[in-house]
Amino acid sequence: MNDIFKYSFLFIALILIQIIVLNNILFLGYINPFLYILFIVVFPFRRDRGFILILSFILGLIIDFFSDSGGINAAATLAIAYIRLPLIKGLLRKTEIDFLVFNILKTPFSKLLSFIAILTFTHHFILFSLDYFKFSELLTILSRTILTSVFTIILIIFSLLLMNKNK
Amino acid sequence: MQQIISFIIKYKYFILFMLLQIIALNFTVQSHSYHKSKFVNSANLLTGGIYKKIYSFKQYTSLKKHNQQLLEENTRLKNSLSKTAIDSNHNIISIIDSLKYFQKYSYAFANVINNQYHKKHNYLTINLGSEKGVKPDQGVINSKGIIGITNTTSKNYATVLSILNNNSKINVKLLNSLHFGTLIWNAKDYNILQLIDLPIQADIKNGDTIITGGRSTIFPEGIPVGTILDFNKENNSYKDINIKLFNDMSAIGPVNIITNFDKEEITNLEETINE
Repeated sequence: MNDIFKYSFLFIALILIQIIVLNNILFLGYINPFLYILFIVVFPFRRDRGFILILSFILGLIIDFFSDSGGINAAATLAIAYIRLPLIKGLLRKTEIDFLVFNILKTPFSKLLSFIAILTFTHHFILFSLDYFKFSELLTILSRTILTSVFTIILIIFSLLLMNKNK
Repeated sequence: MQQIISFIIKYKYFILFMLLQIIALNFTVQSHSYHKSKFVNSANLLTGGIYKKIYSFKQYTSLKKHNQQLLEENTRLKNSLSKTAIDSNHNIISIIDSLKYFQKYSYAFANVINNQYHKKHNYLTINLGSEKGVKPDQGVINSKGIIGITNTTSKNYATVLSILNNNSKINVKLLNSLHFGTLIWNAKDYNILQLIDLPIQADIKNGDTIITGGRSTIFPEGIPVGTILDFNKENNSYKDINIKLFNDMSAIGPVNIITNFDKEEITNLEETINE
């Protein structure tokens, strides 16, 4: 019960932070970090996998509604929600049973960082590819992906530190 | 049958993933083609309402600037009014004779409650909708120049396809000659747009003023756009004409929405030619 309340609060809070603050702040003129994927990082692994797929789709679509961007956020968020379980398994070499008591915040920092980095890069790459939708713009897509990912990763790490402190 | 069911159970997450992904990609493709993004847009009650709340906070910080803009516009309009009175030798009264004078455009005002300028396909949201007569394909301007074209509308809100959008194409011309061109955006700098299709016969210099052409039914002729920043000549044609906007697209407050009363007549006429 406590968990449901906690994650619904996080869901709404991340959407509001994204649309009110982050979509208006542009570092160096055009870098616009996407903190809302933090939800995909911290959502418990023990839940049903179909549930997180549907939630991530809704999360992305709500961001799309606010930024008039069609379905690019929904597609990118859905993709990282799908790859997140195989990815963490590959990184930590764990079996299914461990996930019952598994907490992402308790993993070693280097593993956690590479987990976040891969998710962020994948998300941003899909997002900008779908936004530009042209092979001739590949260089722009890559440069925006890398620059924006750096800021998103920094923000996610800071948010995780804050969340850890509150406990 | 057994095998099909076991296949579905085995790959149920992948099937769910593909299903949702197809929906998302469908929305994306729709939004890439102009005027089809009917479903996912920020003109609905929830998004519009939240943006309106945010705007009411932001408004205070920009009041001074908006007042200044309005003052400038008032001064300009008063000056042009006094000019016509002198030029036309008190004939001005006969011009506004309701039998002879047909109003061609009307202007409504709205506030921009959400503004984008850093993406490739930028949209604005304004707090005026179909209830007050806003329809798709109307021009949106402010005192300093053009902003965009209305795209989708809801009861109280409308989205505007910004000129900073890869799909935007606007007919413009030079102030000092009759040569027409098309204004597009290459998604690089939000204050610099590109002019294409300008014939080589047009004699242009850096700093020349660009205004709307009046060839479309959306914008009246003569609304300021910007000045030529630089250009290249290649193979006897103009290349890379950069236009510096008069407007600062990152800070837009009050805007005007243009209704063209002749639009229906013109489009009907043009449709009969096409048939």
